[in-house]
Amino acid sequence: MAIFLTKESRVLVQGMTGGEGMKHTRRMLAAGTNVVGGVNPRKAGQTVDFDDRLVPVFGSVADAMRATGADVTVVFVPPAFAKAAVVEAADAGIGLVVVITEGIPVHDSVAFTSYAKKKGTRIVGPNCPGLITPGQSNAGIIPADITRSGRVGLVSKSGTLTYQLMYELRDIGFSTCVGIGGDPVVGTTHIDCLAAFQDDPDTELIVLIGEIGGDAEERAATYIHEHVTKPVVGYIAGFTAPEGRTMGHAGAIVSGSAGTAQAKKAALEAVGVKVGNTPTETARLVLALLDTDREDTARETPRA
Amino acid sequence: MDLYEHEARGLFEERGIPVPRAEVTDSPQAARAIARRLGGSVVVKAQVKTGGRGKVGGVRLAADPAEAERAARRILGMDIKGHTVGEVMLAQPVDIETEFYVAYVLDRAAGRFLAIASAEGGMDIEEVAAARPEAVARIHIDPAEGVTSAKAGEIAEAAGLPPQTVDVLVRLWEVLVRQDAVLVEVNPLVRTRQGHILALDGKVTLDDNARFRQARWSTESIVYDDPLEAAAAAKGLNYVKLDGEVGVIGNGAGLVMSTLDVVAGCGARPANFLDIGGGASAQVMADGLGVILSDPAVKSVFVNVFGGITACDAVAAGIVRALDEVRLTKPLVVRLDGNNAARGRAVLDGHAHPLVQQATTMDGAARRAAELATAS
Repeated sequence: MAIFLTKESRVLVQGMTGGEGMKHTRRMLAAGTNVVGGVNPRKAGQTVDFDDRLVPVFGSVADAMRATGADVTVVFVPPAFAKAAVVEAADAGIGLVVVITEGIPVHDSVAFTSYAKKKGTRIVGPNCPGLITPGQSNAGIIPADITRSGRVGLVSKSGTLTYQLMYELRDIGFSTCVGIGGDPVVGTTHIDCLAAFQDDPDTELIVLIGEIGGDAEERAATYIHEHVTKPVVGYIAGFTAPEGRTMGHAGAIVSGSAGTAQAKKAALEAVGVKVGNTPTETARLVLALLDTDREDTARETPRA
Repeated sequence: MDLYEHEARGLFEERGIPVPRAEVTDSPQAARAIARRLGGSVVVKAQVKTGGRGKVGGVRLAADPAEAERAARRILGMDIKGHTVGEVMLAQPVDIETEFYVAYVLDRAAGRFLAIASAEGGMDIEEVAAARPEAVARIHIDPAEGVTSAKAGEIAEAAGLPPQTVDVLVRLWEVLVRQDAVLVEVNPLVRTRQGHILALDGKVTLDDNARFRQARWSTESIVYDDPLEAAAAAKGLNYVKLDGEVGVIGNGAGLVMSTLDVVAGCGARPANFLDIGGGASAQVMADGLGVILSDPAVKSVFVNVFGGITACDAVAAGIVRALDEVRLTKPLVVRLDGNNAARGRAVLDGHAHPLVQQATTMDGAARRAAELATAS
């Protein structure tokens, strides 16, 4: 199994005929994703040829869903049109909208995350790399060839740190990796992913990657304490970030005493999460925990 | 982007929120003339994008135009927490009876805007909230509904504000929405002895992501304190100057932040944060390296790239291009992994520059860059 995305997922791409949309649709198809259509009102009825795989373009998300049974859509449209694209997808009743677009005004993000919640649609992002269930499906821009299917679940605010940890743990493999995005307001949170991984029988251990800004990691720590029984390993970026300066992501800013990497690390450690000081150390912590689990299992086997 | 007080005041005035009469100037002589126009007695206020200016003499009451000129002369050019005062605002003094606090802020946890209001304004709202949390009302705003008169009435009642403030609360929400602001704050909002409501001081922070649809602010240039930050911004690079000696460049904000931490863990201090972003071209890489190498504080450079969308061979080509454009005098440690890493490493090997060395892991590369920086 996996969370949010499986090989059964039927994926649409809003903005498929744009430059980024074309490039990443090709990569998604190569990763085995079942891309069933693109959406572009001006190009409805056309077909795009991706290395002999013909993908139809529909005039609206609703049309595409009727024709293909799509249940996931990946949004590559520019910031000015992203809100309308998400609202359209939610109105059509799709289950999951992955918003890759960077630079969306926060008033728009507030509006469409709230709207989607009312409609029962999950949003991943915005300003995120999407999510991948290795060997099954890839919705977004995460490189698919770094790792393989396995038993670690990963949730991260940062795209490149997702890749780094996927690479470090490439031999172990992942159930699902979710890049939730670094903006101040995102649709799916660390907590949503922790809850889903906790319920996923194929996930044995969860890696949580955070960074400075806000208090999402502190809230995740409280959630872990109350609801998560699987081992969790954490990593937080931004210990050296100075106060008041935005470090790349719109949400990555330390203000006053709040949002520091130190506070986040302390909150996670206080509830028993092992937190690495570097990505490599974090990967080592994961390996050590999985080894321990294996020994436990071995010890328990004779009794069974 | 934070706005100056006088810019915030201008936005309030446009939306019909009552404000005291005021004018802005950068000259003491003009301050005298403005004071005369405003009736003689004025408050002279430093225009800086930081708080606490009153405590350091950035706000002065002047009884007449001559005193206003003297006050302006003293305040202009002052340094307030690293911000130099370039302008002063002169405002008509107000006969205050009561001070209130009202703001709309983004609540990241809830993914919504939050109204914060208190009948105890004029001071640090955090202190009030800590000492007497019941004195501060916090009410979330549904983005689909916004702040209607009914909602504003609810906020005012919860905070113990007089009914006259309801209209201000509605108009302040309009400022937030129309300007694509992530924060609007009025502190204090006052009731005068004559019974009028006035926004005495305000703060507005705009959303940089919304510049494309905010014609008024889209041309406003961001002011950089550091010349290297200005140079990097001109090339569209995401760069923050820090005070160490190891230059750090990489792809993706998370990885670059992580790289800074790993370098610091090796006993050196990062000199900067530079993210070349996703899918960076050779030219972007070359530009980034150019900015870092022109920083005299930099003793060594660590290039850390995990190619996802970014191709490592393009990064390597950019490094080679930078070596052609600038004479390299500082050692460069390069770690390439991911997309086209083998090809990228081969490009650098082929170039064989004596000051460029490659490392196979992020931690090893950081250690080497730190050693090189502290050795020189």
